[in-house]
Amino acid sequence: MSVLIDKNTRLLVQGITGNSGAFHARGCRDYGTSVVAGVTPGKGGQKFDDTIPIFDTVHEAREATGCNATMIFVPPPFAADGILEAADEGIELIVCITEGIPVTDMMRVNQVMCYSKSRLIGPNCPGIITPGAAKIGIMPGYIHKPGRIGVVSRSGTLTYEAVWQLTSRGLGQSTCIGIGGDPINGTSHLDCARMFAEDPDTDAFILIGEIGGTAEEEAAEWIKANCDKPVAAFIAGATAPPGRRMGHAGAIISGGKGTAAAKKEALLDAGILVSDSPADMGETLIKAIAAKKR
Amino acid sequence: MMLHTSKFALHTCLDTPLPGSKYFTAFLSNHMNIHEYQAKELFVKFGVPTPAGQVASTAAEAKAAALALGEAGIVVKAQVHAGGRGKGTFKNGFKGGVHLADSAAKAEELAGNMLGQVLVTHQTGPEGKQVNKVLIAKSVDIKKEYYLAILMDRATRRPVIVASAEGGVNIEEVAEHNPGAIITTGIHPTLGLQSFQTRKIARQIGLGGDKLRAFEKVLASLYRLFLESDCSMVEINPLVETTDGQILALDAKFNFDDNALYRHSDIVAMRDITEEDPREVEASKFNLNYIGLDGNIACMVNGAGLAMATMDIIKLHGGEPANFLDVGGGANEEQVKQAFRILCSDPNVKAILVNIFGGIMKCDVIAQGIINAAKETGLSLPLVVRLEGTNVEQGRALLNSSGLKLTAATDLTDAALKVVAAAK
Repeated sequence: MSVLIDKNTRLLVQGITGNSGAFHARGCRDYGTSVVAGVTPGKGGQKFDDTIPIFDTVHEAREATGCNATMIFVPPPFAADGILEAADEGIELIVCITEGIPVTDMMRVNQVMCYSKSRLIGPNCPGIITPGAAKIGIMPGYIHKPGRIGVVSRSGTLTYEAVWQLTSRGLGQSTCIGIGGDPINGTSHLDCARMFAEDPDTDAFILIGEIGGTAEEEAAEWIKANCDKPVAAFIAGATAPPGRRMGHAGAIISGGKGTAAAKKEALLDAGILVSDSPADMGETLIKAIAAKKR
Repeated sequence: MMLHTSKFALHTCLDTPLPGSKYFTAFLSNHMNIHEYQAKELFVKFGVPTPAGQVASTAAEAKAAALALGEAGIVVKAQVHAGGRGKGTFKNGFKGGVHLADSAAKAEELAGNMLGQVLVTHQTGPEGKQVNKVLIAKSVDIKKEYYLAILMDRATRRPVIVASAEGGVNIEEVAEHNPGAIITTGIHPTLGLQSFQTRKIARQIGLGGDKLRAFEKVLASLYRLFLESDCSMVEINPLVETTDGQILALDAKFNFDDNALYRHSDIVAMRDITEEDPREVEASKFNLNYIGLDGNIACMVNGAGLAMATMDIIKLHGGEPANFLDVGGGANEEQVKQAFRILCSDPNVKAILVNIFGGIMKCDVIAQGIINAAKETGLSLPLVVRLEGTNVEQGRALLNSSGLKLTAATDLTDAALKVVAAAK
């Protein structure tokens, strides 16, 4: 099996008629995900690609199709509303791809998500994939291969890099999760580490972080106390100049905390093997697996 | 004590005193900065008490502003996006970007010495910054200086107020040597600032009686400004108690959440592009996320994480990146072409590395953009290209048949080694 998504996932796409929404709804469908509904306010009653019913509201989509996951492509000014709408309907998994949501919007959304049964992945993320079963997101499917390695990362393209290194070395993936680079997001490194640690079909996992914040340190602390599975890590931004934002609001150096060096130290202290080069993430995991076998 | 969601929140927010201003600035730094006179305009709009003042672009305007303010007790302040103005020196030899004046004539003379001149401070670098405007403000008699800031704290996912009775001086040093003097207070994301919190902060920095009442007004207004303007940080240093018992914001630094600027056209209008790196201004016209650095290897990458990792691996193999450039997820050919042009315009650049892992971004789009740019600019620099991901075969085929002289790389390490060798 895997975490969060599998063959039983019934996907809704919020913003299915926009350029990106349409392109990636097709990408998910073509990968094998059951895309059962779309939502675009004002276009209820129409069909997407002549097959997928479009609704005006998530409420109607849920009632009519029993969708249990949603992928959000709603533009930034309306994306927070889209997340809240999905949470209000109790959609179990909410994956928000949208980039550029104001922090204050996410601050309020986060308050709701704390008490919601829904799980939010993102925003500003590539999504989540269980290779061979289902994908909810914008990642290129062909680089993945079904298997038993988990991947969690803040960055989209760096996740692809790690996945490609694993696949090229014959190591398949159980589930790959891009949690997004924004300062306030739904699912953390720690949440994913916990899911991978508990998943009987994940043997080991890669944790990819960036400078800024303390999410990687928190995951490391939990792994140290609770997880026996082999873990490898990479932290991007060791050479970033201090005080400059690097695209993701998250990728920022903050005083003594949140530096690549501080993160690396916390990870090493937790028994996690840390790769110095982004090209060696796959190799480092192989070493971590070998070390645990001894 | 209130409303923290996790033990990490508690740890970060309460147990560990947050360090000083540089910490916050670095933590939240983004492109959009404003001048002191513009900060003053925001203070006035939201009712944060601040000394009266007017901005002037010419010496004559400075004279008129001084007359309007009543001549006596005027301060003339050079307006640049950098600290340390008072101790700075102009390239024409004139000392100090902040001066007192007792008459309109003196204010006019001081403004004349500053306007159009280049001011060098410890924050501007040796090249300095040109002063295009001066602020003419009422000077105040200061009894005591405080520090007050509000920032969006990602660890606790809420605004945090930072206050100290040790204001005016270098707050970083206070944080380091006397962390107990820095008071941090988390604000509930939906309840907002509560009156009891304001009173508690006031008492913790030693304000009582009428001054406590005055502080309540300052902080309530400042919090409203912070939230309603989508600031990521607002820092008042110093907040002053005057000899006649007022609490006033003297100087301020603002950072805004770039993602929220679409709903603040008034703040966008405050942007002063003459204060920014021209390469970054040029890149921002095409929605490219570019940060100029000092090395000689230009990089074009999609995704901030991979872009940072690409810089890391260049350094790991002995090279120096000339920039950070994230072309984003959905760039078109035109954006790629413009990105390429901006990279090539940096005279330090000796070699270029393109590293694309296509997701939303399609490799053939990148390839076509590179080909167009190279043909238009007559590319003469060594170019190493590593493509992977969506439509990679089409992308490689386009590059191969383009007749461009380029080096293809098979993976990230290969790409880094080749570009570092080419730049030597």
